[in-house]
Amino acid sequence: MSAGFYLVALMIVGSAVAAMSLRNLVHCALSLAVTFAGLGLAYLQLQAQFAGFAQVLVYVGAVAILIVFAILLTRGSEPEPEAILSPGWLWGLGIAALTFVVSGGAILSSKLLPAIQGEPPTATVKQIGDQLMTKYILPLEVVGLLLTAALIGAVIIAMREKEGGQ
Amino acid sequence: MTPLAAYLVLSALLFAIGLGGALARRNAIIVLIGIELMLNAANLNFIAFWRYGPNPEAHTGILFVLFSIGIAAAEAAVGLAIIIAVYRHYRTTNLDRITSMKG
Repeated sequence: MSAGFYLVALMIVGSAVAAMSLRNLVHCALSLAVTFAGLGLAYLQLQAQFAGFAQVLVYVGAVAILIVFAILLTRGSEPEPEAILSPGWLWGLGIAALTFVVSGGAILSSKLLPAIQGEPPTATVKQIGDQLMTKYILPLEVVGLLLTAALIGAVIIAMREKEGGQ
Repeated sequence: MTPLAAYLVLSALLFAIGLGGALARRNAIIVLIGIELMLNAANLNFIAFWRYGPNPEAHTGILFVLFSIGIAAAEAAVGLAIIIAVYRHYRTTNLDRITSMKG
């Protein structure tokens, strides 16, 4: 494996661990943005330019900012005086470690993984656009409808309740 | 280790980190961040299989990731709206203190 892969992997894993373990929630959100940017870099390394830039636009640009807004709106930026881990945290970490050991072992011992190391495939924006507008037109429309419904639903859920409702 | 296996192991590690955070932390927003990490691990798998798989000219992996990113954005918006609504009711995002469904 190239050095670039290890750099990107270190960036992703390190910032993901930081996002999951830091005490201050704003620091967690910023580490999460670094993780998303690292994933975008990994997509670029894998020759998926369009997915990489979509990742940067949607995750680094929108989702991370959304999470920062939610943290600030819920006053989560003040450090919590109490423990940050739930009572059953040892079980949770144990289950996560078990998941990694099982899936990692399955990957490393698998003989079914395709061993093709040929030319890197090309995926230009034009090709992806053609596919989206012909073969995948129905899923595209459904995703558009779903996004509209989800955003309207989010606004309605987060809207202030009427007087007397609380 | 082949490049595909390396990316798959990286993705499994990212999934495990997200799962551990979602199970072990008590703040609702951190739990949502963990779920986002798990979704991203799945996306990395799709891209890696597209790159090193037998039929890259079909672009299936990239298109699946694009749709998955769209769904994940909708999920994040609705999840954070629910967290804000719950916070307004309980004045906390600590999941251990949000104990009743009816309020």
